[in-house]
Formats: sequence, C-alpha cells, structure tokens
Amino acid sequence: MSQPDSRPLSPHLQVYRLPLTALLSILHRFTGVVLALGMAPLTGVLVAAAADAALYEQLRALLSAWWGQALLALWTGALYFHLCTGIRHLFWDAGLGFDVAVAFRTSLWTVAAALALTALTWLAALWVRGMLA
Amino acid sequence: MSLRTPLSQARGLGAAKEGAGHWWAQRLTSAFLVPLVLWGAFSVAMLGDLSHAGLVAWVQKPLVSAPLIALLLVVFWHLELGLRVIVEDYVHLAWLKVAVIVLVDFAVLLLAVAAVAAVAGIAFR
Repeated sequence: MSQPDSRPLSPHLQVYRLPLTALLSILHRFTGVVLALGMAPLTGVLVAAAADAALYEQLRALLSAWWGQALLALWTGALYFHLCTGIRHLFWDAGLGFDVAVAFRTSLWTVAAALALTALTWLAALWVRGMLA
Repeated sequence: MSLRTPLSQARGLGAAKEGAGHWWAQRLTSAFLVPLVLWGAFSVAMLGDLSHAGLVAWVQKPLVSAPLIALLLVVFWHLELGLRVIVEDYVHLAWLKVAVIVLVDFAVLLLAVAAVAAVAGIAFR
C-alpha cells in the first residue's frame, strides 16, 4: 500500500471481548444446536415408553441419577435461554428494541427471565414430589 | 454441444421469489412454540408420577396427546429450519453443504416420525 495503514484492526478474536449482545447471539445459536441434539434421546425415551416398559424404566433410572438430573437441568436452562432470546428476536423482527442501550438492557432481562423460568420449573418439580421442606 | 439450456447457469443465482418462506416459517414456528414449550415443560415437571404407568396415563389424556403431538411437530419443523441455516452458514463446499443438509433432514424426519408415532401409539394402545 502507498501509505501506512493506521486504521484499527477489526475485532481480533484473541483479545476481543464480545459485547453482551454478541455473546447472547452466539449462545442463542449454540443452545439451539444443544436443544436439537437433545431431541434424539428425548425421542428415545418416548419410543421406549411406547414400545418397551422395562426399557423406559431403565432410561428413567439413568435420568434420575445425579448426572442425568444435571444434564436435564442444563437442557432446561438451554431451553428457556433459547425461548427468551427467541422472544426478543420476535420483537426485533417487529422493529422494536434496536437501540444499543435498550438491547443491552433486554439482554439482562432475557438472561434473568431464563434463569427464573429454569428455577421455577425445577422448584415446581421438587414441590410436586414433596421435596421442598 | 450440451443438452443443458442456459437456464441452468442462472439457477440458484437470483431471486426465486420464495426467499421469505424460510424466514417466515421460522418466525411462525417460534411464535407457536412459546405457549407449547411452556405448557410442555411445566406439565412434565409437575407430573408427580413419571413411572411407565404414570406417563402412559398422562399421555393418553386427549388434552395431552393432541398438544403433545403439535409440540413435537412444530419442534422438529423449527429445529430443521435452524440447523439448515447453521449448515448454510458454516459449510461452504457446495456438494458437502447439500450432503449435510440431506443427512440432517433425514435424521430430523426419522426422529419426528418416531416421536409422533410413539405418542400416537401410547394414546391409542
């Protein structure tokens, strides 16, 4: 080039801190993939329930183990995160909430709502089973 | 001389007047999924008896099996739309992109049919 290029480099992946909105954007896609993959074992449980009661009980025992419950908890967390950021996408599609400050604030709201819905679902499950003191 | 008409050179390069179809279907399915997912997640969470007999009794209620099948159909439709976009975004080799989409669609179709058949099988057993 004829003159030295003093313009800043575009976002450099190793030193660039993703803005919250960008982090939520890639997490929306990531959780979408996680949820899609999770539909395979979930379908397996449904098919077992329809075809083989003994197999269903075996799968239920696996999901009742601590790591099965942990996986389920992470999956429900991903579900509610994707649901909440998805609802925000619908508002964006309607042309609402594009202001940078508003987008930052709704980012916090969606994360808070996702955490609250996840907690509420699991508290409801524990309450129904009489596991809440 | 080739039997291919010049049309083949233009295919896939311009507007096919259906570009909004995928976009719209993704929005439509996501809007449907908001109530369906909330219903499904909280129903299963609050189902005290998840034994085989308990689950079967729950799925056999008409007001459960019908929305459950709706939820599954829309879920698989929605996730196919999403996975397709991801493949299109990250797989650039033309033949590989098509191959991956075909494999993904086949897997999704298989799972969707299995899941809906399972619910129907439980409902009508």
